[in-house]
Amino acid sequence: MTTDSRLNSKAPQGAIEDKWNNYKADVKLVNPNNKRKFKVIVVGTGLAGASAAATLAELGYQVDAFTFHDSPRRAHSIAAQGGINAAKNYRGDGDSVHRLFYDTVKGGDFRSRESNVHRLAEVSVNIIDQMVAQGVPFAREYGGLLDNRSFGGAQVSRTFYARGQTGQQLLLGAYQQLARQIGLGGVRLFNRTELVDVVVIDGRASGIVVRDLMTGEISSHSAHAVVLATGGYGNVFFLSTNAMACNVTATWRAHRKGAFFANPCYTQIHPTCIPQSDESQSKLTLMSESLRNDGRVWVPKKQNETRPIDQIPEEDRDYYLERLYPSFGNLAPRDISSRAAKRAVDDGRGVGPLKNGVYLDFSDSINRLGKDVVAERYGNLFEMYERIAGENPYEVPMRIYPASHYTMGGLWVDYELMTTIPGLYAAGEANFSDHGANRLGASALMQGLADGYFVLPYTIGNYLAPMLNQGTPDTNHPEFKKAEEDARNRFQGYLNIKGSRSPDWFHRKFGKIIWDYCGMERTAEGLQKALSDLEPLYEEFKTDLRVTGDGESMNQTLEKAGRVDDFIQLGMLMCRDALERNESCGGHFRAEYQTDDGEAQRDDDNFCHVAAWEWTGDPMKAIRNVEDLNYETVHLATRSYK
Amino acid sequence: MSNHLNDITLKIWRQAGPNERGRFETYLIDQISDEASFLEMLDILNERLITEGREPVTFDHDCREGICGTCSLMINGQAHGPQKSTATCQLHMRKFQSGDQIVIEPWRASAFPIIKDLMVNRSAFDRIIEAGGFITAPTGGAPDANLIPIPKPVSDAAMDSAECIGCGACVAACPNGAANLFTAAKISHLNLLPQGQAERYSRVEAMVETMDDYFGSCTNHGECEAACPKSISIDVIALMNKDYRKAKFKNRKTSARAD
Repeated sequence: MTTDSRLNSKAPQGAIEDKWNNYKADVKLVNPNNKRKFKVIVVGTGLAGASAAATLAELGYQVDAFTFHDSPRRAHSIAAQGGINAAKNYRGDGDSVHRLFYDTVKGGDFRSRESNVHRLAEVSVNIIDQMVAQGVPFAREYGGLLDNRSFGGAQVSRTFYARGQTGQQLLLGAYQQLARQIGLGGVRLFNRTELVDVVVIDGRASGIVVRDLMTGEISSHSAHAVVLATGGYGNVFFLSTNAMACNVTATWRAHRKGAFFANPCYTQIHPTCIPQSDESQSKLTLMSESLRNDGRVWVPKKQNETRPIDQIPEEDRDYYLERLYPSFGNLAPRDISSRAAKRAVDDGRGVGPLKNGVYLDFSDSINRLGKDVVAERYGNLFEMYERIAGENPYEVPMRIYPASHYTMGGLWVDYELMTTIPGLYAAGEANFSDHGANRLGASALMQGLADGYFVLPYTIGNYLAPMLNQGTPDTNHPEFKKAEEDARNRFQGYLNIKGSRSPDWFHRKFGKIIWDYCGMERTAEGLQKALSDLEPLYEEFKTDLRVTGDGESMNQTLEKAGRVDDFIQLGMLMCRDALERNESCGGHFRAEYQTDDGEAQRDDDNFCHVAAWEWTGDPMKAIRNVEDLNYETVHLATRSYK
Repeated sequence: MSNHLNDITLKIWRQAGPNERGRFETYLIDQISDEASFLEMLDILNERLITEGREPVTFDHDCREGICGTCSLMINGQAHGPQKSTATCQLHMRKFQSGDQIVIEPWRASAFPIIKDLMVNRSAFDRIIEAGGFITAPTGGAPDANLIPIPKPVSDAAMDSAECIGCGACVAACPNGAANLFTAAKISHLNLLPQGQAERYSRVEAMVETMDDYFGSCTNHGECEAACPKSISIDVIALMNKDYRKAKFKNRKTSARAD
């Protein structure tokens, strides 16, 4: 395979440690007085979007920020619990930028781009400094210095945290920086406003078309550059730990306008979520992976165990992660832990009323550390569990099961985070670049903030500098008018179908197909079945959808219809990507490709590349292009956590 | 295994738009699992309404984990319903019984105008944060994170305040529609930390005065603390008032010097 010419990563020359410095030394700059002549649109106000919008405005650019929420502070970054990694080595336990880089590449099962990952590890240390300066109340030791905890896939303690609400505190930090800029007039905020199309004129991203969710009005906004920081597509499965409104629309609409979509089949199934309790369930709740620091995962050794938990003696319990992966134990990476849980449950050793979970048991830690210490570390998570599951984890082990949580795939971007459409950038979970085929815990917050605070503010200037004194594109340009017309027709189209099924009905139905055949374990046969089921379902969607109400006022059913439409199309692409990738790597596990002991078997000769899909008018006919991954620093190796 | 609740009467506030006249409508629902969350119960109602060709009930919600602060319902007259320290999205039907009548209303506060049905506009909260709810620390110039040690009790107290999810239950529960708990939580978070000292008094003045532009006045009812899904203590209001009083002197002196 050779890299498609449109997929040049533009990684700078030099040794891996020097690339980012070399880039910054050569990058074109915009004079401070000229920055105000440029306008940048930022879509999404999570960690990546809020930090990018705030920083770009601080630098002097005019920024228009868009969120479909009522306030930027609602973005789903807020729900991240466990922590954020940084190579600070405050513990003196052998951490370094290189080790964080290596752990991330290895955790991603050698399917990420080295240059991007190294930059991420480098700027990780700046993130912690920045967030502390902004007043993020990270956990501290009694001496007043910052505390750390361990996370999966690492043998050092490099995770900074704020109780079980690290995402909340980081997002509020970034939101406050954004709010400051809104107050100062540097950022104009458009809330309850959803992107419905991206506009490309003469090959450059020129703006977006949005829908005001309160009035249904469709309007155009133009800019010199557009940043999509709109998160991932985990809700493609219907049941996931993502918030209800998380969707793929922004990146999917960009894909349809020419941005290549990379590795859609790389989805992360998080091992520690509360199992489904009944079929009306709308979403799943994650329990932070940090719990695995002090909780031990086990199932009964015997199938169909009927004894109550306190009557199952130690010798009849299978602490399977400690048994299979002794050196990482309960902190084995997410993909490995998830599959191990699935096997235990599939083997008839699941626990709970529906036999659909495994235990996460804190009794040893409570005995060793005392209840107070455990409460200090995880109190709010225990309370959350009790509220949802109705059981007290201080007394009864938690029940957990894997659920869709994060998507490593996303819009293809180069080293500058630019998509294949010049002037269109993707940041945070919306892009594909840093986590390969599997993301390590506490790395999503790191990447979102790295992209927004420390990468985009440099790289966007490099694109804008040569465009000095060119005005923003005219929103009366035929491309804007056409995009507006298409959007109006699309939303009116959903209302006109007047069929019999709600958008949620379709979402639940196709989400189940994706989960069953393109979830934790995939086979060629299953994926073909999924594809053959999805096509007629999409036809049914187009002819039997029912959306009540009108398009001129707040209409959540209509919003949902647009999102479900895009999710179904993405689902087809996901299945095709999973089908074409004839290997197992990270979160993509093809049952045909496994080692004798059931681990993922990569095929580096044929698949050490990024698959970047090109829109042709139909997801079933998308073209697969390739960017080769060249490992210059890290040696490709079989991941072992034993 | 889950049990089912039957014969539940829902009285829900329906209002087509900001300037339309609203009214209660009554719905009967059956066969709701006690494992379902309160919002899943509304999802089931909405699915039924769509099937019947009627408009579903509009309500704000998102993470359904009690952290994003989007959900906002008065349930039987209580902000976020009967369970203490719990946002609506984390309330489960096991807290109710067959035969119950449940009255569901939007947040009631003039600063939070109704958009539709149970959805309100809480942008006034953003205006308060924009006025001063931040530490000015532009990207790039931060010193090492461990340069300034912060005693753990101080850091913990800041975190206690910082947990606010910005849902607005405090305002909805307050007989005066005051936003003192929300505003004071942010002020305490930032004013307790060493990093927040430089702007301590300008912050409190700007935020309190913006708050007063939109919201009612606090008369120490304490309903806000009782309704808060994060159990934020009204002690933060005392800190805010103390800092505000000081600010009125300090800021006058500072501006006199600047003249």
